Amino acid sequence: MEQKIRVLVAKPGLDGHDRGAKIVARALRDAGMEVVYTGLHQTAEMIVETAIQEDVNVIGLSLLSGAHMTLFMDVTKLLKEKGLDDVLVIGGGIIPEKDIPKLKKVGVSGVFGPGTHCDDIVDFIRKNVKK
Amino acid sequence: MKDIAAKVLEGDSRSIARLITLAENGSSEAASAMKEIHHSTGNAFVIGITGVMGSGKSTLIYELTREYRKKGLKVGIIAIDPTSPFSGGALLGDRIRMMELAVDNGVFIRSLGTRGMLGGLASAVYDVVEIFDASGKDIILVETVGVGQAEVDVIKIADTTLVVLVPGLGDSIQTIKAGIMEIADIYIVNKADRSGVEQAVAEIESLIDISSIGKDRKTPVLTTIAKQKKGITELIKEIDNHRNYLKKTKKFDLKRRNRYEAELVEIIRKRLMNFIFDESTFKEKVESLIDKISKKELDPYTAADEILGKILK
Repeated sequence: MEQKIRVLVAKPGLDGHDRGAKIVARALRDAGMEVVYTGLHQTAEMIVETAIQEDVNVIGLSLLSGAHMTLFMDVTKLLKEKGLDDVLVIGGGIIPEKDIPKLKKVGVSGVFGPGTHCDDIVDFIRKNVKK
Repeated sequence: MKDIAAKVLEGDSRSIARLITLAENGSSEAASAMKEIHHSTGNAFVIGITGVMGSGKSTLIYELTREYRKKGLKVGIIAIDPTSPFSGGALLGDRIRMMELAVDNGVFIRSLGTRGMLGGLASAVYDVVEIFDASGKDIILVETVGVGQAEVDVIKIADTTLVVLVPGLGDSIQTIKAGIMEIADIYIVNKADRSGVEQAVAEIESLIDISSIGKDRKTPVLTTIAKQKKGITELIKEIDNHRNYLKKTKKFDLKRRNRYEAELVEIIRKRLMNFIFDESTFKEKVESLIDKISKKELDPYTAADEILGKILK
């Protein structure tokens, strides 16, 4: 039977801006995905535990505070520790160009900055989802 | 891979989560695991929470869970949100009010989209209750979608049903006499710091006075302010009272039997619909019948006879 793509959209750390995350969440819903939204101020532990319980295929992290290197890495590191190697991790927000290769190296497979078309995110997920 | 059913019985989070996904997708692997775990179920107490949109169901569940955790009980939460009939997608946002619970290993939260079910539940909800139960949860909280009047399926699954209302619904309580105003084991008027609480309680009580004539139990009406943790211990006490009442009057066994009946009907419905509309051999036949109906070459009743005749032969 039909298998739906499940996505966790999360805002790690101290960042109160979730307009972008909500717009992406909505776009993914409109693309037929089931989107679990966590709200603001999540720790890496909360995000990873939620990803386990909700059995998501994708985690989308959004951050505008500048702490993406540390916070995104906390999440990918913990995912690895817990053995969740089949979860696709993507990121968005205010992320300088020079940080993107570093993020990819630590397991953030796609990075989407301001001006990204929601369709591009949907396509990226459909092409790269692992399970 | 070690048997997924065995790992669910051990309480392994990833196996629980995986089996729920398989059950939602209607896989045959799920069916065989569900067969294995059934004998280990029946211990968890199931509380259904329903009510209008924005009445504070998620916040109440958060506070109830914290109280149950203080008592050392393990809690499973099923949070249901609507699936879009157009895209098939869903935005599952009930967790936002429960995120503190995410890192408590005595709590497991799963969000479900309704995926075409209309009664306020999700099709896989029976499976998830069984899975949580088998994995050792003591309490299972089922949050329905925000309901209007007729989404009453929660009573098929819950031992105790809570209907959550808020002040200011006013005359609309009168108009919803049928449906959700008939299913409560406990009424809750949440957000009781708003004006109009007395009126809301009075209106509900006047409904209860009429409906409880000749019955052995009068449905209690509680006021809570979930955000300020007010009224939660009283609510837990009323839930315990109702549980004792069910046990004492033997209604408990009847409720459970009704749940299994509903579950059986749902399994058969799902398999039958899947067989008729998704199996490739049958699908073409069905599509051509629908075309004929559209062109007025055939009527829907004759088409139904033809389809059912093929299955029943």
